[in-house]
Amino acid sequence: MDIKFSNRGSTLIAMFTGELDHHFAEYARNKIERELMKATTRNVVFDLTGLNFMDSSGIGVIVGRYAKIMKLGGRSVIICSNQKIYRLLEISGILKLMPVFENLDSALQALLSA
Amino acid sequence: MQPINEMKLEFVSKSSNEAFARVVAAAFASQLDPTIEELADVKTAVSEAVTNAIIHGYENRYGIIKMVCRQFEKSVEIEISDEGKGIENIEEAMQPLYTSKPDMERSGMGFTVMQSFMDKIQVRSKPGEGTTVTLYKEFNSLDGLQ
Repeated sequence: MDIKFSNRGSTLIAMFTGELDHHFAEYARNKIERELMKATTRNVVFDLTGLNFMDSSGIGVIVGRYAKIMKLGGRSVIICSNQKIYRLLEISGILKLMPVFENLDSALQALLSA
Repeated sequence: MQPINEMKLEFVSKSSNEAFARVVAAAFASQLDPTIEELADVKTAVSEAVTNAIIHGYENRYGIIKMVCRQFEKSVEIEISDEGKGIENIEEAMQPLYTSKPDMERSGMGFTVMQSFMDKIQVRSKPGEGTTVTLYKEFNSLDGLQ
């Protein structure tokens, strides 16, 4: 599992690849936290497109970061095109907190337009 | 009902074994030729149960986790047990969003995910003795196949 980061203005894009479970949760958390410390970040896009597995430990990681970003006045969105992971997002109730988009363009557009 | 095939696995409560356990369970279940979606459901549920055993059962300390998988004609049964702390109140533990470890950023959705992805789950536990979670899934994709 790995996360690659890129920036579009004040939006941080976190691209996940591999499998996000409890084993990698702490690693993922620390890696995102380090990026969040960088002054320019306001909004975050969690791009789950490259994940081939995620369980509720991944939900914990995302919701934890969501709360932090909210506190700092930013917003977070998810990109997910994988049906299995989408179902997990649905069951977990995370859809009530964060909008989900199919690709980066629509995610960025939503962040810009609000 | 008699199983048509069975396997047992024991492993140490290390988080790197979460992926190992779910892949083994899925590989065993795949002998029945279910769909990729059905296998993914099994993988996710096993991952949740094993993670619970590591974090809550053994509280990240050393312990042995046992996994027994049974195949039936069109279904699998997977039993995951630990000899850890046990659960005081199973009903409470199974509530969506309930977590005994909020400081650890647990989502509290483990049992809910198991229930949603499998057809049936059973939890037996005794404080101080351990917990056994039994996951049961029917492969409906095999209906009509012979």
